[in-house]
Amino acid sequence: MLKKIKNIIKILFVYSFIMIFANNSIAAESLDLLKNKWSFEGLFGTFDRGSLRRGYQVYNEVCSSCHSIELLSYRNLSENGGPEFSLEDAKNIAASFEIIDGPNSDGEMFARPGRLSDKFIKPYPNVQAAKAANGGAYPPDMSVLVKARQGGANYIYSILLGYEEPPEDFKLEDGVYYNKYMPGHNIKMPNILSDGLLDYADGTEATTQQMAKDIAAFLTWASEPSLEARHKIGFKIILYLIILAGLVYLSMKKLWSRIESK
Amino acid sequence: MSEKKFIPKSKFGQWFDSRLPLLTLSHHLSDYPTPKNLNYWWTFGGILTFCLIVQIVTGLVLAMHYVAHVDHAFESVEHIMRDVNYGWLIRYVHANGSSMFFLAVYIHIFRALFYGSYKSPREIIWIIGMLIYILMMATAFMGYVLPWGQMSFWAATVITNLFSAIPLIGESVVTWLWGGYAVDNPTLTRFYSLHYLMPFLIFGLVVLHIWALHIPGNNNPVGIDIKKPSKDTVPFSPYIVVKDLYALIIFLIIFAGIVFFVPNILSHPDNYIKANPMVTPTHIVPEWYLLPFYAILRAVPSKLGGVVVMFASLFILMFLPWLDTSKIRSAVFRPLYKIFFWILVIDVIILGYIGANPPEGLYLLVGRIATIYYFVHFILIMPILGFKEKTIPLPISISDPVLSNQARTISNR
Amino acid sequence: MNSSYTILATIIVLLFVFLYLSWVIVSNKIIDNENNKEIGKRRDFLFTASYALGAVGVGVSVWPLIDQMNPDASVKALATTEVDISKVEQGKTITVLWRGKPVFIRKRTKEEINEAQSVKLEELKDPQKDQERVKKAEWLVMVGVCTHLGCVPLGNKGDFNGWFCPCHGSHYDTSGRIRKGPAPTNLEIPRYEFVDNNTIKIG
Repeated sequence: MLKKIKNIIKILFVYSFIMIFANNSIAAESLDLLKNKWSFEGLFGTFDRGSLRRGYQVYNEVCSSCHSIELLSYRNLSENGGPEFSLEDAKNIAASFEIIDGPNSDGEMFARPGRLSDKFIKPYPNVQAAKAANGGAYPPDMSVLVKARQGGANYIYSILLGYEEPPEDFKLEDGVYYNKYMPGHNIKMPNILSDGLLDYADGTEATTQQMAKDIAAFLTWASEPSLEARHKIGFKIILYLIILAGLVYLSMKKLWSRIESK
Repeated sequence: MSEKKFIPKSKFGQWFDSRLPLLTLSHHLSDYPTPKNLNYWWTFGGILTFCLIVQIVTGLVLAMHYVAHVDHAFESVEHIMRDVNYGWLIRYVHANGSSMFFLAVYIHIFRALFYGSYKSPREIIWIIGMLIYILMMATAFMGYVLPWGQMSFWAATVITNLFSAIPLIGESVVTWLWGGYAVDNPTLTRFYSLHYLMPFLIFGLVVLHIWALHIPGNNNPVGIDIKKPSKDTVPFSPYIVVKDLYALIIFLIIFAGIVFFVPNILSHPDNYIKANPMVTPTHIVPEWYLLPFYAILRAVPSKLGGVVVMFASLFILMFLPWLDTSKIRSAVFRPLYKIFFWILVIDVIILGYIGANPPEGLYLLVGRIATIYYFVHFILIMPILGFKEKTIPLPISISDPVLSNQARTISNR
Repeated sequence: MNSSYTILATIIVLLFVFLYLSWVIVSNKIIDNENNKEIGKRRDFLFTASYALGAVGVGVSVWPLIDQMNPDASVKALATTEVDISKVEQGKTITVLWRGKPVFIRKRTKEEINEAQSVKLEELKDPQKDQERVKKAEWLVMVGVCTHLGCVPLGNKGDFNGWFCPCHGSHYDTSGRIRKGPAPTNLEIPRYEFVDNNTIKIG
C-alpha cells in the first residue's frame, strides 16, 4: 500500500513538473489579454445564439469589406450549434449576395444570387488584391482565426478594444496604428469599432464592447462549429468510460482474487 | 518454452489448423504464461497496440477525404472538420491520438529503463522497439506536414534542411528529398505516401517485437527469471487481458478528455494559418514529443555537429544493453541506479522544456548542460554503475516475496 | 442512410456473436480451472454486464467510422438544382447536371404528347401512363441514365421517336418509357417541382 502511495506521489510530482513547464512555455508567448467570461468556455460551454446572430451582423456590416471568411457556407448559418437562423432567413441572407458562376453554355461567367450551398463571398478575389487595397497588409481570412491565435476569443476581443495612444518613446510608422495587445504593438487595421456603429436587429445597444464580444463569439463559432456537439458527446463518453472502468475493475478484482489466494 | 501440442476441438478446426496454425497461435497467445507480479507499467504494450490500430483506422478514414495538394490540403482538412459526418471527431482523434501514442511509448520505454527489460536475453526486443520508435517519429513528422499549416511547412523546411549538413552530398540529398528547390507540392505528396506506408511497417515490427518477447517471456518488476511457471505465472487470458483492458479504459478517459474538451491544447495555433513560404513564424516548434531532440539539435553550435549529436542521442539507446554492465535487472534492487534513473527523467523533461523555447541566453546554457548530462548518463554512469554499485539482495523467486514479510515491501503490486 | 444502418446492425450482431463466443471460452476456462460451477455462475453476471457495456462502447465508436462515408454536408447541400427553362424551345431538350448525373428536360411538341398518351399499357414492359410521368404535359423531366447498365441515351433517336441507348440497344419513347431492348424499367423521373413557370427545382 505504501509502495502504491509512493508511486502515485512520484507520478503526481512528474505530472505537475510537466504541467508547470507547459504552462510557462505557453504563457511566455502570450501577452496579458483582456478576458471575458465566454458562454462557450469550460466543459459545458455552449454558444449564445443571440450573440452569434449579432456577431454575424457585425461581420457582415463591418468586417466583410476587408476580411474574407471563405471556409464558411451560407447554409452553416442555419445548422445546429451555430447562430441557428431559420432556413428562410439563411436563404435570404445567401440571396442578398451576388455569386459569380459559370461558364454558361455561351462560355461566359455570370452573376447570380447566392444559395445556401455557396461559400461566403470574398471582398477581394485573391491575397494579392487584398494586400494592394490595404497598404500591403493582408487582412487575414477569419474562418479559423480564433484557433490561429494564442488566446483565441480573448485575443480578438482584446485587439478590438486595445487601440490607444502610443507611449512617448514608441516610434509609429505611417499607416500603422498602435494596439496594446498586438504582439509588437503595430497593427495595420485602424480602430474600426465605435459606439452605435450599427443597429442590432434584436435591439441590443451596439456599444464597442458589445460588438467586440459578439464578433469574438461569432468568430469562435466559425472556427469551431462542432464545439457544442463535441462537449455534449464528450460528456456522455467520459461518463460511460468511468462506469465501464468501474465494472471492468470489479471484474478484474474478482478474477484475480483466485490467484492471490493460491 | 515447450508447450503441449494443441488439438482444436472441432474437426474443421483441426483441418484448418494443420494447414495454417492460427488456432494454435491463438491458443498460445491466450495461454501464454505471464509473470503474475506485473504492475500497471506493463499495461502500456497493450495500450500502444490499441493506439496503433486507432491511428491506422482513423488515418485510413481521413485519407478518404484529404487532398494532398498544396492548393487544397488545408481546405480539405477544414472540409473534414466542417462537412464530413463526424469528421471533426475523427480528425481530433487522429491528431491527439498521435500525442497519446507518444505519451504511452515514453512511459513504455522508461519502464524498460527502470526494470532492465532491455538486458540479456531481451536485447533484440529492445532494438526492434527502438526501430519502432524511430519509425513513429518519422511517421508523426510527415503526418504533421499534411495539414499544410505554417508549422507544417516550416517544420518540414527546417528538418529536411538538416540533411544539407552532410558533407559533399548534403545539398543534393535535400533537393532529392524535396523533389524541387524548396518544400512544395512534390514534397507534400511523397510525405503523404510515406505517412500512409510507415504505420504498416511499424505494425510488422510490432509483430516481430511481440514474437521476440515470447521467446524469453516477459520481464517483471523484480527482474528475476521465472523458476516455476505454475507458481509464478498466470495465463495471459483472462488475467492479463482484463488488466490491460482496465488500464486501457483509464487511458481512454484521458484521451477522451483531451479530444472532446481541449483538442487543440497540444497543438500550435500557427498551424491554423495556411502555409506561406514568404513568412516564417516567430518561433518554429515541433510537437511536444519531439522537443527533447530539438533541444539537443540546437544545443550544439555547429550545424553538422547538431545533426550528428541529435542522431547519436537516439542511436546510443540502441547500445544500452551493452552500456549497462550491471548483472541486476530491476532498479528495485539497484538503489543508486534508481536515483540516476529519475535524474535522467528530469533531464529529458528539462530538454523538452528547452526545446519549446528560443535557443538563447539561459535556455541555451541549460540545454547544453542537459544534453551533456544525457550522454554522460549513458556513456559514463551506466557502465561504471554496473561495477561499482552495491545492490540489494534479490529474492529467490517471484512468488516468495509474497510469503515473506521483509520482501513484501519490495514487490510492486 | 438505409444501407449504413444495415451495415451497423450487421456489425453489432457480429460483435455480439463474437463476444458471446469469447465469453463462453473465458467462462469455460474459469469453470475448468475451478471445477466449481456455482461460483462460475455468480461471477458471470459481472462479466456479462462488462461485456454488454463494452459492446455498446465499441458499437458507438464504430458508427462514426461508417457514417463518415455517407454523403457529407457539402454534398447534401448540392442535392437540389434549380434550372431556368425559359429559353428552351418546343421540340428541344436541355441536359443539366444533377447529383452528378445528366437530367433531360424536354419541351415536348403536341405530336409527342399525343403519341405518349395514346400508347396502350399492355404494350409496355414497365407499364406507366404518360400522365403519371409528367406534371405539365409539355415538360418531360427525366434522369438521362439508361436503366440497363447506366449509359446516357441519345436523344431524337430510336424506333419510338424518343431516345436510343447505343450501349446495348434500348429504345425509349416520347415519354421516356422502355419499348425495346434490354433495359428493365422506364427512365427515372426525379423529384422536381415548378418554382414558377420558368424555373424547375430538381431534387
